[in-house]
Amino acid sequence: MSDDFILEIENVTKEFPGVVALSDVSFNVKRGEIHGICGENGAGKSTLMKILSGVYPHETYTGKIMLDGKMISFEKGAIRQAIESGISIVYQELALNPFSTVGENIFLGREPVRFGDVINWNDLYGRTKELLKTYGLEIPFGETVGNLGVGKQQMVEIAKSLSEEAKVLILDEPTSALNEFEVNTLHAILRTLKEKGVTCVYISHKLEEFFQITDTVTVLRDGQHVATLPTAETDTDKLIAMMVGREMTERFPSRKVEIGEPVFTVKDYKVMSTEFMDKTLLQDVSFDLKKGEILGIAGLMGSGRTELVTSLFGEMGKQVAGTITLNGKEININSARDAMNHNIGLVPEDRKTLGLILEQSILKNISLPSMDRFSGFMHIDKNKELDESRKFAKSLRIKTPNLLVPAEKLSGGNQQKVVISKWLMTNPDVLILDDPTRGIDVGAKYEIYKLMNDLVERGVSIIMISSELEEVLGMSDRIMVMCEGHSTGILDIKEATQEKIMALATAAAQDEKETS
Amino acid sequence: MTTEQNSALLKKVKHGLKDYTVLIALGLIWILFSILTNGIFLKPRNISNLFRQASIISFLATGMVLVIVLGNIDLSVGSVVGFLSAVTAFLQVKVFYDLMPRIFPAMTATGQGIMSTIFTIIVVLLLAVVIGVWQGSLIAYLKIPAFIVTLGGMQLFRGGVLGVTQGKTISPVDSSLVSIAQGYVSKPLGWIIAIAVVGVIFFTTILGRNQKKSYGFEIPMMWKDLLKASVISGIVVIYIMIMNDYRGIQIPVLILAGIALLISYISTNTRFGRYAYAVGGNLEATRLSGINIKKTIFLVHVLMGVLSGVAGIILTGYVAAGTVNAGQNYELDTIASCVIGGTSLMGGKGTIIGAMIGSLIMASIVNGMSVMNMEIFWQYVVKGLVLIVAVYIDVISNKQKS
Repeated sequence: MSDDFILEIENVTKEFPGVVALSDVSFNVKRGEIHGICGENGAGKSTLMKILSGVYPHETYTGKIMLDGKMISFEKGAIRQAIESGISIVYQELALNPFSTVGENIFLGREPVRFGDVINWNDLYGRTKELLKTYGLEIPFGETVGNLGVGKQQMVEIAKSLSEEAKVLILDEPTSALNEFEVNTLHAILRTLKEKGVTCVYISHKLEEFFQITDTVTVLRDGQHVATLPTAETDTDKLIAMMVGREMTERFPSRKVEIGEPVFTVKDYKVMSTEFMDKTLLQDVSFDLKKGEILGIAGLMGSGRTELVTSLFGEMGKQVAGTITLNGKEININSARDAMNHNIGLVPEDRKTLGLILEQSILKNISLPSMDRFSGFMHIDKNKELDESRKFAKSLRIKTPNLLVPAEKLSGGNQQKVVISKWLMTNPDVLILDDPTRGIDVGAKYEIYKLMNDLVERGVSIIMISSELEEVLGMSDRIMVMCEGHSTGILDIKEATQEKIMALATAAAQDEKETS
Repeated sequence: MTTEQNSALLKKVKHGLKDYTVLIALGLIWILFSILTNGIFLKPRNISNLFRQASIISFLATGMVLVIVLGNIDLSVGSVVGFLSAVTAFLQVKVFYDLMPRIFPAMTATGQGIMSTIFTIIVVLLLAVVIGVWQGSLIAYLKIPAFIVTLGGMQLFRGGVLGVTQGKTISPVDSSLVSIAQGYVSKPLGWIIAIAVVGVIFFTTILGRNQKKSYGFEIPMMWKDLLKASVISGIVVIYIMIMNDYRGIQIPVLILAGIALLISYISTNTRFGRYAYAVGGNLEATRLSGINIKKTIFLVHVLMGVLSGVAGIILTGYVAAGTVNAGQNYELDTIASCVIGGTSLMGGKGTIIGAMIGSLIMASIVNGMSVMNMEIFWQYVVKGLVLIVAVYIDVISNKQKS
């Protein structure tokens, strides 16, 4: 059975003007397996997916793609063809209508009708229920999609693909927005699908997931196929070596910093929701941050970690109690401007929606919070602005021909460097980084870690939220773990382990179970 | 030349063409009309009229660009202009005409007329600020969508027009007010202006180079900067030459040039301008950068109010009266001018100069068709189609980018 391939990719080459995105890529996917694909940003993963899903029609690339032994060639603009032939993609950004129900979304465009064009709701929901049951997906079939969490929404996407009788289900970074629980649920679902004979192609940035879930893994680098091998025959270090083309001796650079006295203290912090009057977002959060320290904040999504830092930055409404002390003085922060005036900076969670003005130049993005420094009443000293911005772009090694390039043209790692430059220009004493390496590739991550080390060596104190336990463990001096709006513990790096963090991160949930 | 150089050159040309799409469109429209009208369209007399006709919408467009850049819209400008025009005429005819002889009994009638116009302008501009503050506060601080606030404003101020005019035309306004809109700068003064403008252009070019040098930047070749300055100076001089061939530079066009330069400068060289573009580009990111976005939004709408006031005053002088349907449909012409000039309705993008050219295109279409003696209904049809085509060009050029 070793050569029962459902998907065969032979000598696929795809060129864009000036760039070869895929160069002579060949590999096969076995029927019924979970096949991981990894590679850095720009390795060609998404190009390959776009070819498989018919976004790039057949004439635009060379090479052969065989599905179930038959060659597939999609015409221009016929994405539907790909779905009908049995290839279905669940994209990173979910494409559901948040105002419709689960059933409506699953059958969108294929609603069962009678009397010409009247939707047969009973049939629609009946089939939805059946489908969800078959694959063990626990979603309320009549719920409005917008009311579901990201994890459940993703299940809806998967259900939709399954209802279209997908032979190959492609998941494009399915876990980038999920918490650890949801990831486990997703993996359980994928195993069920595997038992039912569905083939999955699994793309991810999180290498440990390949070892949790995949049977085979394919590595791409710079548009070329590096290897396809059984997952059992490799390990994280080998994968990284194949992805970056060299051995990475250390994933987290080391640093030597004298950690000083506490500079920033938060005590009995409590935040109420401004939308729902009696909803508590954060409660009993107390911690201190020492000079030159990196304090990691770990916790699942929804644990309140982003709310905490957003609130400390003054942008979470005014329903806040507790004391914040900076350098021994109690301070009030009611807006981002207040926070900046106290030399606190925030690199927000989502660089594209919160960190950058994508269509504006790198220059304008970097200088935006610091404009006061370059301007008088009716004047901006543009030369000074460019001069200073350049210094940061240079020291952070932002890869760009010049600073007038729009931020949207940069890779994820370079975009993140722009956001960090923007905050470094404000001269922060306390820098908050909310998931700073999310969705950026291994090489760029390393550069950001080094940059963080440089900063603490210069006396800046850093609070770093991270979704990746390895990163929290690799970079922090101490780790605060959050769960359901509470701080459930602060661990010194010497005593911290993945297990301890996970136990604290799920502490409240377990408490609840015990009491109920 | 190698093929590589060729394709690089082609790319440059293509890129250049895209930058100047509106300008090229304007050129084509002018050529078309001058052929269709046997050259009447390009006669100094007609060009003079054309620019003056374009000026009122242009005042509004300078403000509207920033409103649209925010990601907002102002549907009320037509009614606000109408209202402020009615107030202008009302003040002149019903208030200051009787009041001035009492305040300045020693003055001649002409002097009293001028004083009346000055007082009128001050009061109307203050009222314009009040209107801007009203709409700006509702939009920025009470967070009512601009579309709704200004849709309401459209009704509200149209009601105001009817209230002030009582459904009748108010005239005659003072001749000094009329000359603001219909007058010309004397020809020698025109030449002095030409010389001054050319001087300023070259002076700022050299100043900019020196400043760049002081920061140690590489500066482009001297001749390139000088060529650019010469081309701009050339256009200004040729325009003034043509105008002086007729009756001289039109006063409203001169006022417009001043205001457009000022707003253009503000939009690119002040924090306020920067922040407006940042808000339109990404509201959340701008707020998290510590910028007072409410104040920015508020001020843009106040500015729009002031510019509506300017347009209202000039309009009153232009028709020499306050009329019931003054300013009707101006919001559409204004928004169309901005969009044709490359302002993106998604916010974050747009230039004053683009909107000025856009408004010139709209005015050229109306003017050209009326020179051709075509029936009025065609003007509406063609204007509507031009707007749709302009947006379509924007849509496809955005598509090519992504």
